[in-house]
Amino acid sequence: MSALAAAASVLHRDLRRGRRRLGDLAQPLVFFTVVVFVFPIAIGPNAEVLRSLLPAILWVSALLALVLTLPEVFAADYADGSLELLVLSPHPLPLLVLAKAIAQWTTGVLPLIAMSALLGGVLGLDFNTWVAVELGLLLGTPVLCLVGCLASALAVGVRGGPLLLALITLPLYIPVLIFGTSAARNASLALPVDAEMLFLAGLSVLALTLTPFGIAAALRARLA
Amino acid sequence: MFERFHQYAAPLHFHRLSRKLSPWLFGLSAVLFVAGLVGGLVLAPADYQQGESFRIIYVHVPSAWLSMFCYMVMASAGAAGLIWKVKMGDIMARASAPLGASFTFLALATGSLWGKPMWGTWWVWDARLTSELILLFLYLGYIALQSAIEDRRAAARAGAVLAIVGVVNIPIIHYSVEWWSTLHQGATVTKFDKPSIDVSMLIPLLLMALAFQVFFFAALLVRARCEILEFEQHTAWVRDYLRGGRKV
Repeated sequence: MSALAAAASVLHRDLRRGRRRLGDLAQPLVFFTVVVFVFPIAIGPNAEVLRSLLPAILWVSALLALVLTLPEVFAADYADGSLELLVLSPHPLPLLVLAKAIAQWTTGVLPLIAMSALLGGVLGLDFNTWVAVELGLLLGTPVLCLVGCLASALAVGVRGGPLLLALITLPLYIPVLIFGTSAARNASLALPVDAEMLFLAGLSVLALTLTPFGIAAALRARLA
Repeated sequence: MFERFHQYAAPLHFHRLSRKLSPWLFGLSAVLFVAGLVGGLVLAPADYQQGESFRIIYVHVPSAWLSMFCYMVMASAGAAGLIWKVKMGDIMARASAPLGASFTFLALATGSLWGKPMWGTWWVWDARLTSELILLFLYLGYIALQSAIEDRRAAARAGAVLAIVGVVNIPIIHYSVEWWSTLHQGATVTKFDKPSIDVSMLIPLLLMALAFQVFFFAALLVRARCEILEFEQHTAWVRDYLRGGRKV
């Protein structure tokens, strides 16, 4: 079996497992929706204020929902021992964990982005801002997901769960949050957002190339 | 000579060296502290603009420098432990994290004490302040991860990976925050131009920086000694040492 075929089978397996646990996949979505609706209640029903804060609310809620799913990335594989087999396999581990991260993004994060598109539309984002938020999430969440998988690998089999992971990952998420929200702010003022989008895409490429090695090192460090 | 150096990578020898060195380092840092504080608080003239309150730089600036230096010590010691399996690397990385967090906190606290009379507010979302705050969070995440993993070796390996990830991220965080704050409210931030500092003010500052640095190494040695005893608690020499039987 070639390395690529092994990675493809890891991806396929994780996607299939996601499909079989739709209920688990829905939980972060529900959490995300509840958080998005909690903010207006705290801020008050001023439509103008809410509309200006909505991109930030969507970003922060997506960030929190994403962090909450992180403990699950390696938990099941760790519990049934297949994570050790993955580490021991003759194929390059960075490639295999990249496949896992892609599966995590597809099953855990893509639905969140779809939900944020829906909520952003329903709560009245203007079209430019809406595009900037969604495009920003599409380009930025790969970074969040990969760095999150790295943190999740570090904390695999450790007590502390989402709180520990939030503490580790949120400081590392700040650049993406900055570019994502400032793109939305620019778009709402009808300013160009190319620079922010390029930064997000660049960070994604950087994360795609570097973090798989970090995740592999983290798993080796934890399971050795 | 190299062999001598090498043997201090072993916890037993390092423990002995640390017991010999740390009192001297503490003494040296005390002398430097006295010199720096007298120079900074008594001899240096008051600033023509900020008056007496500028004197907080003698604590603030050295702790800000050390807050970054500690992270580099932590990451490189962790990397040495991870790559070359040097046990002392693991121990030093774990020992330097709380020191780094304390210096970062000290830099933030003294900064906001100074900011209240000077900028009229405890906190501004200035790029430097924000990056320093994020650095504090990075330290806290590292410490939390270390304390969540029971096994010392495993905790050290995981911590080393996290510290290296932090090193890769620090420039990205720094520049994105800088970009964010200038884009956001550049004009309102009191970005005071660093005046070319007078020699009478500079010398105490350098003395204080040196004092902080020496103090950091002295405290690091003491912390490392405690960590060694915990790391090596199952070895014969630690048991003997703790019973007071054998002089190590």
